[in-house]
This record gives sequence, structure tokens and C-alpha cells, in this order.
Amino acid sequence: MIEIVDLHKSFGSKQVLHGVNLKIEKGESMVVIGGSGSGKSVLLKHIIGILKPDEGKVLIDGTDIASLPENQLNELRRKFGMLFQMAALFDSMSVWENVGFALTRHTDIPKKDIKSVAIEKLKLVGLVGVEDLMPSELSGGMKKRVGLARAIAYEPEILLYDEPTTGLDPILADAINDLLVEMKQKMSITSVAITHDMNSAYKIADKIAMLYQGKIIDTGTPEEIKNTQNPIVKQFITGSSVGPIKIEGVHYERNIDRT
Amino acid sequence: MLKIIELLGKLIIQFAEGVGQVLILLMLSFKEILRPPFEIRNTFKQMLEIGVRSLPVVLVTAIFTGMVFALQTYTGFKRFGAEAVVGTVVALSMTRELGPVLTGLIVAGRAGAAMAAELGTMRVTEQIDALETLATNPVKYLVVPRLIAGALMLPALALVADLIGIIGGYFITVGLFDTSSVVYWKRTWNYLEMSDIYNGLIKAAFFGASISLVSCYKGFYTRGGAEGVGKATTGAVVISSMTILISDYFLSVWLFQ
Repeated sequence: MIEIVDLHKSFGSKQVLHGVNLKIEKGESMVVIGGSGSGKSVLLKHIIGILKPDEGKVLIDGTDIASLPENQLNELRRKFGMLFQMAALFDSMSVWENVGFALTRHTDIPKKDIKSVAIEKLKLVGLVGVEDLMPSELSGGMKKRVGLARAIAYEPEILLYDEPTTGLDPILADAINDLLVEMKQKMSITSVAITHDMNSAYKIADKIAMLYQGKIIDTGTPEEIKNTQNPIVKQFITGSSVGPIKIEGVHYERNIDRT
Repeated sequence: MLKIIELLGKLIIQFAEGVGQVLILLMLSFKEILRPPFEIRNTFKQMLEIGVRSLPVVLVTAIFTGMVFALQTYTGFKRFGAEAVVGTVVALSMTRELGPVLTGLIVAGRAGAAMAAELGTMRVTEQIDALETLATNPVKYLVVPRLIAGALMLPALALVADLIGIIGGYFITVGLFDTSSVVYWKRTWNYLEMSDIYNGLIKAAFFGASISLVSCYKGFYTRGGAEGVGKATTGAVVISSMTILISDYFLSVWLFQ
């Protein structure tokens, strides 16, 4: 279980998170939605301990992740897998070395067995025959799949997805969504995804939470979120530029007179 | 007037902040150097990158520096009849100064720039974050091997540069100016002390570590996409070159006085 308690974080004078509270049950698939720059990525990086909170706590099965010394933190991180927005594959390594990275570093399994594990994980995400390519030879959608294979290679209990469908065409995006649903069914993993793609959110979420101005303003099942009365959430999920959410840096919208 | 003072203050604060962060990175690296598992494979890879791949440029630089140095001292010293000491002058300047400093500057331009660009790209494409999520300490995995490789390979390169520079001097003095070969070598060996060589190599080791540290620092804390990587790379080369030239003076005062 993941518990986020009153999380505050600022960078310089810019406060990003103002007291986030969120609970993710074991086996649950949580999707955090929110606009660009709303602090979704920052929230995700706190869950895996890359960033440390200014105030508040992140509890993973009851352990405060920010308080752990490095060796215990790394121990805990082996329970995690994370898929990055641009996949973040190591471009000095081949595809299978990327997928097998954690196994190479943290186990004594011989190289050729790691390669076969990597090939098997690649198959799980629908990729065959790419293991010896370099990341620069892959398309964006394939990179995401390799990133996902790397995230699941160490059999994690918790998966974090940073905008899994951003930058993909609608069909590829839907294929990734199917893949995430399949992962959940096959491996009964707890997952946290952040996205602003509502199609994706409805498809992969057990629960959706909306992050706005550094706080969680609404939580619910996809059905509940669809029928929400909260005007901010309503505006966001329908994707309208008119409503209580102000577009950052834009002070007025020009009225176009069509008469 | 107030604006100038404000700007000066800002620069001083920025400088102090930078130095502090570099020292913190150094401390973190020392902590990781002693802790197993040791990054042997990575360290060898970096030694190859910094040392072996820089060798051709170092060779060319060293031989031409030795040659031009001999040429200039010979023609200059001839004015007061001291052309017999050209061998000594070349040997002393190569081992004490030119070997370590020129090698340092070359490696700063070549390997330092590459380190900052590679780490900077890894930072802006979240590969460094990815390392952390895969339970791997990025300082241990990325910075420590480069630091060790820099500190080990620069003395090796400088030693080669010393030797090649002296040989370059020999070509000119003996080949072009018809000095006897015996005189050149005798003058070289008689006045050259072991301490000239190893003190030069100590300087080189220091330069190597500073290049790696500064370049890794610049890369590691890169912000702002492709432009940020470009700035980090330029910054790495400029700051490591400055560090080499300035610290060279203070190291020379300490080692050779």
C-alpha cells in the first residue's frame, strides 16, 4: 500500500505540492490526472524516493521512504518499476542490456540467462527480435515498450507510469493502454500512472485522482469522475478552455467576432 | 554603482555555490569509491575513453611542442652562446610544465566535453533518474569511474607526452642544427631529476581528477534540454581548462620550490 500524507514540495520560490493526501491500496491501479506543470511528475518521483519531501511523508507498506538510509532505500526500490515519459533507455546499451540492467547489477545470474529473461520480458510487451538493437534504432512506441519491459524485469510489486501514452499516435496509445491493463491482470501489481490523456485514464484506472494547484481535489472511480459535480474536474475531463482553470501565462483570451 | 555591486555579489554567491556543490559531489564520490561493488568494468571503459582514445592527439601535440620548443630555444639561446643547453631546457619544461598542462588541456577539450555532454543528456532524458529507480546510485555508477580513470590516465598520458616531447626536441636539435646526439642526451639526463618527472605526474593526476570532477558536475546538474547540454559542455571545458591553468601555478609553487 502507498500512502501519501500531507506532502509539500517547492523548488526555489515555486511551490509545486501544497499538502497532497492520497492512498493507493494494494493491487489497485491509480491514475493521477492534472494539467501540464501541475506537479504530477514531482508527485511520482516522491513515491519512488528520487525527490525528498519538504514536509509530509510517503509511506510504502508503512515505511517512510525519505527516512531510509541508502542501502535500505535501494532494497525497497527493487519492489518498484518505473516507466518514464520518454522511456529513458540507456542509449549506450543494447535493448536487452537495458531490460536486464537491474538483474545484471543486483543478481549473480550469468549473462546469457539474463539475456533470455530479457527476451521473455520483451515478448510480454509484444516485441520480438529487437534485443540486439540499440535504443536509437527504435521508434517512440517501441521505446516505451522496452521501457516497460525494463520496468517489469525485476518482477516489481509497484509500477509507476509517467505519461505512458504521451507522444504516441492514438492507435499506439491504445495498444499501450491494453498492455498496461494486461500487465495488471497478469501480475496483480499496484500501479500509479500520471497522465492528462483521459481515454487512457478511463481505460487503465481503478481509481482516478485529480491534482490541481498542488492538491488532490477529487478522487473516485472512473464512473464517479465522469459524473463529477466539481467544476474544475469537469472542465479538465471534457477538455474545455472555458471554466475555472486558468491557462498558465495567458491573461486573457481574445474574443473573435464572427459576425 | 549599486547595480555593479549587486552584480558582483551575485557572481560571488554563484561561484561559492558552485564550488560547494563540486566539493559535495567529490565527497559523495569518495564515500562510494570505498564501498563495494566496485565498478571495474565501467572504470576500464572510461580509462579507454580518456586515456587510449586521447593518445593520438597527445602524441601529435607533444612532438610538435617539443620540436618548436627546441627550435625557439636553440635560435634564441644561440645569441649568447648557450645552445648546448637546449636539451636540458626542453626536458625540464616538458616534464615540469608542458607535458602535464598540455595533456590536461587536450583531455579537458576531448574527454571533459564528452563527459559533460553524455551525463547532461542522461540527465535531461531522465536516464539518471532511471538509474535511481533501478536501485543504482548514479554517483557510484557514473561519476566514480570517470574520476578514477581521469586521475590514473592523465599521468600516463603526460609521461608519454614528456618522452615524445623530448624526442621531438632531439629531432630538431640534432637533425636540423647538427648538435651532437651525445651532447643532447647527456644534457638531458645530467640535469633532469626524478623529482621533475614525478612532480609533473602528480600535477597531471590532479588535473585528471579535476577535469572529471568538473565535467561530471556540469553534466550531472544540467537543466534545460538540448541548450542546457550545450551550455554544460562549454562550461565543463572552460572551467576545467581554467582550473588546470590556475591550479598549475599553485601546485608548482608547492611541488617545485
